[in-house]
Amino acid sequence: MEKFISLTDTAVPLEIENIDTDQIIPARFLKATDKEGFGENLFQDWRFDKAGNPNSEFNLNNKKYKGSILVAGNNFGCGSSREHAAWALKAYGFKVIISSYFADIFKGNSLNNGLLPLQVSPGFLKEIFTAINIDPSEKLHVDLENQLIKITSTGASEKFEIDPYKKNCMINGYDDIDFLVSRKEAIQKFEEKTFQF
Amino acid sequence: MKKTLFDKIWDAHVVESIPAGPDILYIDKHLIHEVTSPQAFNELKERGISILRPKQIVATADHNTPTENQHLPIKDLLSRNQLKQLTKNCEDNNITLYGLGHPYNGIVHVMAPELGITQPGMTLVCGDSHTSTHGAFGTIAFGIGTSQVAQVFASQCLLVDKPKKLRVNVNGELRYGVLPKDVILYIISQLGTNSGTGYFCEYAGNVFEDMSMEGRMTVCNMSIEMGARGGLIAPDETTFDYLEGKEFAPKGEDFDMMKVYWKTLKTEEGAEFDKEYSFDASDIEPMITYGTNPGMGIKLSDSIPKNSGKSDEKALEYMGFKEGESLIDKPINYIFIGSCTNSRIEDFRTAASYIKGKQKAVNVNALIVPGSRQVAEQIKAEGLQLIFEEAGFSLRQPGCSACLAMNDDKIPAGEYCVSTSNRNFEGRQGQGSRTLLASPLTAAATAIAGKITNFTQNLN
Repeated sequence: MEKFISLTDTAVPLEIENIDTDQIIPARFLKATDKEGFGENLFQDWRFDKAGNPNSEFNLNNKKYKGSILVAGNNFGCGSSREHAAWALKAYGFKVIISSYFADIFKGNSLNNGLLPLQVSPGFLKEIFTAINIDPSEKLHVDLENQLIKITSTGASEKFEIDPYKKNCMINGYDDIDFLVSRKEAIQKFEEKTFQF
Repeated sequence: MKKTLFDKIWDAHVVESIPAGPDILYIDKHLIHEVTSPQAFNELKERGISILRPKQIVATADHNTPTENQHLPIKDLLSRNQLKQLTKNCEDNNITLYGLGHPYNGIVHVMAPELGITQPGMTLVCGDSHTSTHGAFGTIAFGIGTSQVAQVFASQCLLVDKPKKLRVNVNGELRYGVLPKDVILYIISQLGTNSGTGYFCEYAGNVFEDMSMEGRMTVCNMSIEMGARGGLIAPDETTFDYLEGKEFAPKGEDFDMMKVYWKTLKTEEGAEFDKEYSFDASDIEPMITYGTNPGMGIKLSDSIPKNSGKSDEKALEYMGFKEGESLIDKPINYIFIGSCTNSRIEDFRTAASYIKGKQKAVNVNALIVPGSRQVAEQIKAEGLQLIFEEAGFSLRQPGCSACLAMNDDKIPAGEYCVSTSNRNFEGRQGQGSRTLLASPLTAAATAIAGKITNFTQNLN
């Protein structure tokens, strides 16, 4: 897994609540058997009209906005467990998703792919949206080591929470499989002493 | 400290707790399907790791399968390839696969319970968010991503933080015509789509105790729609009666022995929950959704509430509805009875009992998709097929079908579909489709009337 330590970049705002994984990557694109190419179809039905022309009102198509940070409304990533949503965001070029709330499965999937789901308070989320509204070239600074997010122009910042184990994995690029395989002996012992269905 | 049902099962499955980190949770059963497993198989192959416990994995093909002519090769090349890949992966790794055409094939959350694979006290996972369904048996069951599918392949374990505990109580008497689907749609409409995030939900109260296993599965299935990782209901005689004699359930003395253990799987008096809600059953009426998330639901007899901001506005615009309006008499051209929420025999019996002797309205395309081959056989055996066919409904072969529209069963853009599935997200049933979630009875009544109708007055 790719390491993540800190990042300073511009952001794309998506001020919509409850963005579900069906919007992030519609089911008709889930027929692949590898992880490649999902970025092209990220937010497909919001980015393009039925004729395949870019929808100019959607912020990912707005030249004003660019960067590797996506800022989204409350409860991002709800719905289906498809990890394809995290793969699509990552492949498109996002490294951090900021929201005031993440759905559980999406959050786990992101962390397992080195994509940082960064949860801020509803108030700070509003401040970020406002700052980007005023100046789309506003840069956000994300410091995973110190668990701090900062709006660079105003200097406003907020601490964010992350599971210490997961933080360590992100910073070092470790993933769960390596860890679990290393605990094989303990797992086998557990199997021996407990009832097996 | 007094333990909840959830604590008892979780604690019994913790291999190790990492200090200030997640638990290593042992997984008893792992269900897989064609869409979320191929990349996990690749992952293991690339790392040169073999699957630790192939006997604890069961595979089916459901998400991406056609519901017509299943005996013929699949037309869509990508779908065909994905199913071929699943077959190969299962063969290479000695995993039992109930593929297309197998008598046990079906939607993963329908076939596993009906085969007795799902049992009380287990931990069970699948790369599908509606794995919460299996909680109906008093099982810790939850959906996982593909990286986690690979983790379970490699270690039969997952690294997970123990979720917080939520209990939803519903007591009292349900009104006539109110189905389990209405109960869960009502709960989600009251609590919202993220009220359960970070929680596992136990459903308690006489309403759930009185429900059949099919009904309990419908309720637990939609736990994820309020954000909860899973939902569960304490096992009881209804559970044991359902399980007894099922293909993979314990038999004879083993069954009796397990029953002794299963009976201990209850929340102890005085055990604490992080959050608790209580509802009165008599407040619940047949429900329908009007927006683009499952929390945007109202009673059939109510009007669409005032919108509360940009996101609600966007949803209403997508649906072509206005705040303050009633949905009654809205013309509907599509209905879908199926999906892991409502495609069990009881759902079709209920629909058929309303449809019997009636004709669907001419404007309506009515799609009936059983959850499994076994359910399909039962529909035939009980004479329901004739009722559906005579009423002009199209009875298909089993699969996920129009719930997520990965196959050809899509609702056209701009069209409304009253659907017994679980998600009304934008484009969920096909690009531009508009979904209204409801119970099998509401869907059946809509098909007959050709419009949304307050059918409770027609019940006898």
